[in-house]
Amino acid sequence: MSVPMVHAQGVRKQFGRLEVLKGIDLTVERGQVCCLLGPSGSGKSTFLRCINHLEKVDEGQLAVDGELVGYRRQGSRLHELREKEVAARRRDIGMVFQRFNLFPHLTALENVAESPVRVAGVNRADARIRAGRLLGRVGLADRADHYPAQLSGGQQQRVAIARALAMEPKLMLFDEPTSALDPELVGDVLDVMRDLAADGMTMVVVTHETGFAREVGDTVVFMDEGVVVEAGEPRQVLLSPRHERTQAFLSKVL
Amino acid sequence: MPAPAHSTAATTGAGRSSSTSLAPERLQAVPVRHWGRLIAAAGAAAGLAGLVGSLARNANLHWEVIGHYLFAGLIFNGLVTTLWLTVAAMVLGLSLGTLIAVLRLSANPVLNALAALFVWVFRGTPLLVQIIFWAYAAALYKQVMIGIPFTHVTFLRIDTNSVLTPSVAALLALGLNEAAYASEIVRAGIQSVDPGQSEAAHSLGMTPALTMRRIVLPQAMKVIIPPMGNETINMLKTTAYVSVIAAHDLMSNIQDVYAQTYQVIPMLVVASLWYLALTTLLSVPQARLERRYGRGTARATRTSPLRRMFTGMTGVTGTTGKDT
Ligand SMILES: Nc1ncnc2c1ncn2[C@@H]1O[C@H](COP(=O)(O)OP(=O)(O)O)[C@@H](O)[C@H]1O
Ligand SMILES: [Mg+2]
Repeated sequence: MSVPMVHAQGVRKQFGRLEVLKGIDLTVERGQVCCLLGPSGSGKSTFLRCINHLEKVDEGQLAVDGELVGYRRQGSRLHELREKEVAARRRDIGMVFQRFNLFPHLTALENVAESPVRVAGVNRADARIRAGRLLGRVGLADRADHYPAQLSGGQQQRVAIARALAMEPKLMLFDEPTSALDPELVGDVLDVMRDLAADGMTMVVVTHETGFAREVGDTVVFMDEGVVVEAGEPRQVLLSPRHERTQAFLSKVL
Repeated sequence: MPAPAHSTAATTGAGRSSSTSLAPERLQAVPVRHWGRLIAAAGAAAGLAGLVGSLARNANLHWEVIGHYLFAGLIFNGLVTTLWLTVAAMVLGLSLGTLIAVLRLSANPVLNALAALFVWVFRGTPLLVQIIFWAYAAALYKQVMIGIPFTHVTFLRIDTNSVLTPSVAALLALGLNEAAYASEIVRAGIQSVDPGQSEAAHSLGMTPALTMRRIVLPQAMKVIIPPMGNETINMLKTTAYVSVIAAHDLMSNIQDVYAQTYQVIPMLVVASLWYLALTTLLSVPQARLERRYGRGTARATRTSPLRRMFTGMTGVTGTTGKDT
C-alpha cells in the first residue's frame, strides 16, 4: 500500500486558551478529493493551514506524502525545520484562499510566473510561457495582462488556482474557494476544480457546496467544534448522516 | 409643460411668457456667481502686486547683489554639497529605516527592543543637538576601534578626527535622524499590507525574506512614498542646519558671504530662490514614483507636481510633524 498524501493523527491546536482542534484523525489517499464540511468556527481553516504549516500543530502528527510537516524526525525527537526548509516543503502544497489573495501589484501572468521564477529558479521566458498555458487552462488566456483589480471575483480565483498550480504541487488545499463569489460566478471556479480532480490531483476542499462534494468528492468529512464528527462516502454522509449534529448542519445548508 | 415652470417665467418678467408653443425650450445652466470670492481674489491680487512692486523698487533689497551671487561659484559649490547631502542622507535614512522597521516587526524581542531604542533616541532629541554632537564626537572617543567588546582584539583603529569631517558628521546626523522617522513610515507601510498576501506567498514556497522583498514591500511603497517624498523635500531644507558646523552646504556659504558683506537680506533671498527651485524639482520624481507604485489600483494619482506644490502634497498621510 502506498503512503497516503495526507495523514493526520491526533492533531491538536490551541489559540491561547481556546482549543480549536481537539485531536483530528484524517487520511487522504493519493489522487483523492476530500471535502471538509462543518459550521463556521469548527476549525476547518485552521486544520487546512496546519497541513502546510501556516499554523503550527501543538500535538499529534501531520504528514504530507510521508514527510512530517514542519519537523524532522530523529529517533524519538522532532526537530522544528528552518524557515527555508519549511518553504521548500510548501512548494509541493498549493493553497487557494477564500479571499483569493492575488498579488495586486502584479498582472495575472506575473502572479502565476512569480514563484516559478523566484522560488523554483525557472528562467523567466519559460515561466511566462508556462504561466500563459496555465491561464489558458483556467479559461483566462485573454486576461494575462490584467491586474487583479481589473478582474471579477471568479476570474481572480481562477488566476489564484493557476498560480498555485504553477509550482506543480502534489496536493491542493482549497479554503472555501467560492464563498466570496457572486452566485453566478461560482460555477466557473467549480468547473476548474472538477477538471483538476479529473486529472488526478489530490485535493482537500473546505466547502459548503454539497453538490460539488457529492459529485467530485471521494470522501466527505464533517467537522464540528474541533473534532471529526463523521467521515465517509459522500452519498452516505450527505444523504443519510448518522450523527445528529451532521443532520442538523445539513438541514441548514441544503 | 408643468405649471411651475410657466409661473417662474412669468414672475421673472423676461418677456418669454409669450412662448406658449410646446416646442422644447433651450435651457442654459447659469452657475451661481460667487461675488464675494471674486472680490477677495481681486483684493489679494492687488495686494500681492503692491508688495512685489514695493520690493522691486526697494533699494535695501539690493537686486544687484542678488543677481551677482545667484550664480556665483561659491553658491554653486554650496548647492552641490546640499544636493549630495540630501541624497546621501535620504539613502542612508531609508535603507537603515527599512532595516529598523523590519527589526521592529520581527519576533526576536532583543532586536525588537534595540530598534525601538534607536527610534526613541534619535526621534526624541533635537536634530540640532545631534548635528553638533557628531561634529564633536571626537571629544568623546579620540579613536574609533572595531573589535570584540571587553577584549583586546582589534581589527581596525582610526583617529576620529580624520574620519569625522564636517561633511561626514553632517551626513551621519541627518541620515541617522532620518532613519528614525523613515522606519516609522516604512513600518506603517508594511503593516498596511493585508496579512493574506504573506500567507499566499508562503504557501507558494517563498521564504520570509523573499516575501518581504517581492510581495510586501512593493505594496507597502504606495503608503510609503508620499510621506517619504515630503521627507525628502524636508531634508533638502533641513540640511541648512548643518551650517552650524560649517559643512560647506548652501546655507554655510551664504552665511560666509553675509558675514563679510553684511548683505543679509539679499543673501537670504538667494538662498530661498535656490531652495524653492530645488524643492519644486524634487516633487517631479515623487509624482512619477507614486504613479509607478500605484500600478494595479484603479486610481493612480494624476495631479501635476506643480499643482501639488501649491495644494500641499498628496492626501494619503500628512506631514510627520517633525520638529527640528
Ligand atoms: N490566529 C488565530 N488566533 C486566535 N483564534 C483563532 C485564530 N485563527 C482562528 N481562530 C479561532 O479558531 C476557531 C476556528 O476557526 P477556523 O479554523 O477559521 O474555523 P472555520 O474555518 O471552520 O470557520 C474560531 O473560533 C476562530 O475564532
Ligand atoms: Mg474558515
